[in-house]
Amino acid sequence: MLNLARFHGGLHLPNNKELSNQAPLRQASIPKKLVYPLMQRPGVTVDPKVQVGERVLRGQVIAHSDHPLATPVHAASSGVIEAIEERLIPHPSGMADVCIVIATDGLDESLVTQGVADFSSQDPASIRTAIKNAGIVGLGGAAFPTAIKLNPGPQRKLDTLLLNGAECEPYITCDDCLMQNQPESVLVGAQILLHSLHIERCIVAIEDHMKRAYARLTQAVAALNDPRIIIVQVPAIYPTGGEKQLIKVVTGKETPSGGIPADIGVLCVNVGTASAVYDAVCKGKPLTERVITVTGRGVKEPQNRYVRIGTPISELIEQCGGYTEHVERLIMGGPMMGFALPDDEIAVVKATNCILAGTAADINIGKQAMPCIRCGDCAKACPVDLLPQQLYWHSRAGNLDKCKEFSLFDCIECGCCEVVCPSHIPLVQYYRSAKSKVIAKAKEAEKAAVAKRRHDMHLERKAKEQAEKAERARLKKEALAKVKQANAEKEGVTQ
Amino acid sequence: MKFSTALSPHVQPVNSVTRVMFEVIVALVPGIIALVWFFGLGVLINVVLAVITALMAESLVLLVRGRPVWVSLKDLSAVVTAVLLAISLPAIAPWWVTVTGIVFAIVIAKHLYGGLGYNPFNPAMIGYVFLLVSFPLPMTSWPAVAGLGTMTLNFQDIAQLIFFERIPENADYDALTMATPLDALKTQLSLQKTVLEAQSGAVFGYLAGKGWEWVSLAYLLGGLWLMVRKIINWHIPVGLILGISVISGICYLIDAQLYAPPVFHLFAGATMLGAFFIATDPVTAATTVKGRLIYGMMIGALVYIIRVWGGYPDAVAFSVLLANLAAPALDYFTKPRVFGHRA
Ligand code: SF4
Ligand code: SF4
Repeated sequence: MLNLARFHGGLHLPNNKELSNQAPLRQASIPKKLVYPLMQRPGVTVDPKVQVGERVLRGQVIAHSDHPLATPVHAASSGVIEAIEERLIPHPSGMADVCIVIATDGLDESLVTQGVADFSSQDPASIRTAIKNAGIVGLGGAAFPTAIKLNPGPQRKLDTLLLNGAECEPYITCDDCLMQNQPESVLVGAQILLHSLHIERCIVAIEDHMKRAYARLTQAVAALNDPRIIIVQVPAIYPTGGEKQLIKVVTGKETPSGGIPADIGVLCVNVGTASAVYDAVCKGKPLTERVITVTGRGVKEPQNRYVRIGTPISELIEQCGGYTEHVERLIMGGPMMGFALPDDEIAVVKATNCILAGTAADINIGKQAMPCIRCGDCAKACPVDLLPQQLYWHSRAGNLDKCKEFSLFDCIECGCCEVVCPSHIPLVQYYRSAKSKVIAKAKEAEKAAVAKRRHDMHLERKAKEQAEKAERARLKKEALAKVKQANAEKEGVTQ
Repeated sequence: MKFSTALSPHVQPVNSVTRVMFEVIVALVPGIIALVWFFGLGVLINVVLAVITALMAESLVLLVRGRPVWVSLKDLSAVVTAVLLAISLPAIAPWWVTVTGIVFAIVIAKHLYGGLGYNPFNPAMIGYVFLLVSFPLPMTSWPAVAGLGTMTLNFQDIAQLIFFERIPENADYDALTMATPLDALKTQLSLQKTVLEAQSGAVFGYLAGKGWEWVSLAYLLGGLWLMVRKIINWHIPVGLILGISVISGICYLIDAQLYAPPVFHLFAGATMLGAFFIATDPVTAATTVKGRLIYGMMIGALVYIIRVWGGYPDAVAFSVLLANLAAPALDYFTKPRVFGHRA
């Protein structure tokens, strides 16, 4: 048995998971439309590989790019490309960007693909290629390309694969549901990852209330008879599912500030991602659907479904019985770190684990901020051991250097401080805006440096040009003088 | 369908200033009951008078400052200040003492510094010290503990005393009042008596002073409840109690004739009130865990030092104000190690 450590702070939140985890996992039906944003992360945009009017099959790549952080986008059902146009995309700022829109034809014809029966015959590089080609990204929310994560470089010696099944955000049950329904694919996915990473230890961490998932996983491990894999139950304290927090709990080690888990020998992957790896490698199936929790008191039949990526939320909600009367807010992700969407025409993406249709009973609808009373509750709740109240003062005052001194960039924006604050101060907003100000300033400084360098080069060039010009003039003069002299001499001779 | 958006976290807040303040007031109830039991209904008159004055003063200042009145009134912080100051006053203090103290606390100590959250000093204690320095006589004239005085006062007598400073017939002021245990000890020691001799006096009880010790126990009870309710953390009270116990214990071990035992200092005067209700005022205390421990210990030590070697019999107010000064520095030097950073 593993000795569990704990991290500072954190919260016991009403988890509201029973809302969605009682219904069986079902397959969502094919939506009329599928929508795929071309922007995958800031600065990474893929290019369409199809044209309007073209027919595509399920599993066909419709967009890709050479950018190292880009992953291919696959059509989740067959149909015709209806448009490539600007639409609202799921982004905290509510921005619009170019999307590929497929009008599905209901036939759901797939490309014929084939996996490898025996993954152990594959070398790590080809497994990574298979993962990359399947378009797999972290399904826990960060959406970082998995193939890249699997290659942390030779200087980092990995010893532990950590499968993150500790779904700590309230309401979300998609991972729980997946582990209950498909423990084998999660575990074989883990075996594939172990094989490709050449490591011998895998810990699957789940929260201690997930009794059924625990039973199913333990059975499946026994059936696989793989002593490398152990299942641990961790206490349900938000944000224990945060990567660095979970690593601390399970291994006792802290990921250095600014570093990645691989620096301390750990590779952390969401359980859903492991299952997608299994599908990709053993079945040759690209990532075109995932389990999504549709929940909240704002939807009539909360549940988990296999949803095709690209499905507009409106269609998904309809399949779950529609909205209830008092729905107030639509959130992608959980109530702690998810972001509110302005419109339900927005489609789910690979990172979407939950759609929360919240009523006043689920979420906070407006609260009035009062002055900070320095109670320190925020510091007590902060899982990173920051002093949120000091950060608040300094970010409010625009004192960015002080913010950095108080480790602003170690803040994971988990929201614990804000939820416990008796003065109802929107603390996380202050941190976000301070962070973007710092980043903007750094960019500006860089720009200024580039501009200066350019200016200096320009001056240099000019000086050089002038020097050359002067040199040329001198040469010319000399030549002229020589000619004159020669002429004079000639004249002298002739005289 | 369109939705209005907001930024995360979307979870409802689990606490509010109003709740915190309300629970503090509730936790003071046992102490107030004990005070009323031993010192009469004047305590209640003081409390009601103080609360009304505080609410009026707060509303007025908010109006003048152009701030929304109701939002701030309902946070109950003014009520807490009022109750804390009122129960620190002698139970027969004239009405104008209470009113002046409260106005000073709310207007000067709280709002001139910017209002709730911005005041560096504990407003109730500023009010208290201001009164003590300005009106030493009424501020040190406590009524006799019930059962110890030569006469009992009914409600009317007390009201007459407070509002008209009219002493009941066939009584004189001296007969109504009685030295507090801390006063008595100080006087006796200055008369070259030993602590043991002094403690044989009528005002002393099992732990500290008769009556007073029960009031302290009631505050302790309320304080523990606040901890259970997670309204206050243990660091400041424990630090304070530790501070006072250690230093008084050392002195007691050195010379038991000259220095009262720790338990006396813990249950005499305002130690318990200070430890759980005054030093724990978040606005003016240190905020880090280590900072709070040190802050508490500092107050404990100062209380003892001023009681024994200073000019005043009790010293919670002074000590808290002095420690308030140190709070920002304590916070600065006790920053916790951030996750993933080296120690
Ligand atoms: S929880 Fe809120 S009121 Fe308390 S110290 Fe932190 S920011 Fe201030
Ligand atoms: S949001 Fe940042 S400051 Fe607040 S508790 Fe989380 S990590 Fe700490």
